[in-house]
Amino acid sequence: MKADPRGVLTGTHFMDGDHACCEGALAAGARFAAGYPITPSTEVVERFAARVPVVGGSFIQMEDELAASIALQGAVWGGAKSFTVTSGPGFSLMMEHIGYAAMTETPCVFVDVQRGGPSTGLPTLPAQGDMMQARWGSHGDYEIIALCPNSPQECFDLTVKAFNFAEEFRVPVMFMMDEVVGHMTEKVVIPPADQIEVVPRKHTRKTVEEYLPYATNGDMVPEMAHAGEGYKFHVTGLTHDERGYPNMTPQTQQKLVTRLQNKIRSAADRIAMFEEEATENADVIVVSYGITSRVAQRAIDMARERGLKVGKLRLIMAWPFPETKIRELAGRTKAFVVPELNLGQMVREVERAAAGRAKTILVPHAGGSVHHPEEILAAIQEAVR
Amino acid sequence: MPLTELRIAGFGGQGVILSAIVLGKAASIHQGEFATMTQNFGPEARGGACSAQLVLSDKPVLYPYVTRPDVLVVMSQEAYSKFAPELKDGGTLLVERDLVRVTDLPAHPRVYSVPATRLAEELGKRMVLNIVMVGFFTAITQLLEPEAVRKAVADSVPASFRDLNLKAFDKGYEYGKTALAAGPEAADLEHQAVLSQEAQ
Repeated sequence: MKADPRGVLTGTHFMDGDHACCEGALAAGARFAAGYPITPSTEVVERFAARVPVVGGSFIQMEDELAASIALQGAVWGGAKSFTVTSGPGFSLMMEHIGYAAMTETPCVFVDVQRGGPSTGLPTLPAQGDMMQARWGSHGDYEIIALCPNSPQECFDLTVKAFNFAEEFRVPVMFMMDEVVGHMTEKVVIPPADQIEVVPRKHTRKTVEEYLPYATNGDMVPEMAHAGEGYKFHVTGLTHDERGYPNMTPQTQQKLVTRLQNKIRSAADRIAMFEEEATENADVIVVSYGITSRVAQRAIDMARERGLKVGKLRLIMAWPFPETKIRELAGRTKAFVVPELNLGQMVREVERAAAGRAKTILVPHAGGSVHHPEEILAAIQEAVR
Repeated sequence: MPLTELRIAGFGGQGVILSAIVLGKAASIHQGEFATMTQNFGPEARGGACSAQLVLSDKPVLYPYVTRPDVLVVMSQEAYSKFAPELKDGGTLLVERDLVRVTDLPAHPRVYSVPATRLAEELGKRMVLNIVMVGFFTAITQLLEPEAVRKAVADSVPASFRDLNLKAFDKGYEYGKTALAAGPEAADLEHQAVLSQEAQ
């Protein structure tokens, strides 16, 4: 299905990442957002609040992040595509409802423009410290999808994709920006609506009598019906059966939670998104994501000028983690160098997937700025030694 | 163009950010180069020193921050004191002549000054001083094609102020052409300003 032209601001813009994210959401068909604005993500909802009444939809500024993160799910069950936007402190407060979205299979997008933490940390400065929280922040076993843009252009393109993944898998998608990407302004090209692919809600075609809210037909993603359409309607965070009714037995729990995991895990290789370059004969492969991938690119260029064989793997989708790819690369490179704006998060996944077949070297940074390319270069040089 | 780092700084309300947006747009949309703009956020954004950074290049910009600007544009004394020390050796320093006293010149820059606020006032609106500065910048640095910048000015301001802003651009540009022909100024701008006033 193509995008609704009303939401698409076709043209060439000079726009920051936050605004581009908002335009991506509108292009994807988002017509509702609830938020409790927080730096450095405020501009996303500021723009949405100004734009969405013209397009046809609403924004509600809620009393806090708990309210925002559940209001958006109400809108989804009412038929809208919807999202919320936050940064670290608010992301922490939203964890309960991210679990709720995973359990109830509510397709929605959580945008986290990461800043320095823990706690209120560095409100106006970047970090990538919420990467593990995005995956593991809510209790229980579940899977999510997380994307990491590295430019305003990708803030647009990947926000559309985030909504599409949310609908395809009925899963909350984490859109993991960082302060630099959110606040940097670059050229952003928004294509015509008929060139933007949009995944519609997986709405049931069954009759009211036939429909079972959580029945699946082999593909592990049940069909939805919205509130008020006449279908039997029961949505709960309790362990539920195919009717959506609470059924708190080990058997139902096993079946439900396993499916919640497997619907993503079984698709991981198919949906994996990364940028791979010159890994064939690389002695070292730099694995990075978000703004760090751009700084890393400069370090890679510097290393190549010095005659080193360096490959690049940029994670565009951080979760599910592309472990098949890392496993494959680990067999033919000496080391992975992993710079990130935290003290070691995604590096753990690289190390786990490499399983000792290649060295894994972290280039940590506590946040507040980006790496100096020289720091990453030094790690590359150390790795080839 | 080769990688070029710019910083534009002044106090809040002078249109510092818009001037960087105009230059970034001119480069990336109207001239086919790459441009990345960042701005300083935080308490300094209100009233105090406000700064925008722009990296221009013929290749995609990787590192987002400006470290040693090739060109520094300052429109307030505070901005001058804060940012002048980081100007690249031999870089270009553009100042608002009436608002900035150039002292302790760092790193042998080429200095050019323009009474941007006064020129804007002559056009009837002090607000357009930033676009006067953009015109001046365009003439002095010759980094961007004047037509590309003019286009960017036109599509960055409200329609009702388009003509005024284009006039402001032209005024700054003409002033800059003359200044460029005259060559970089001596360090003691204050003294020179007094002399030129006496001459008038």
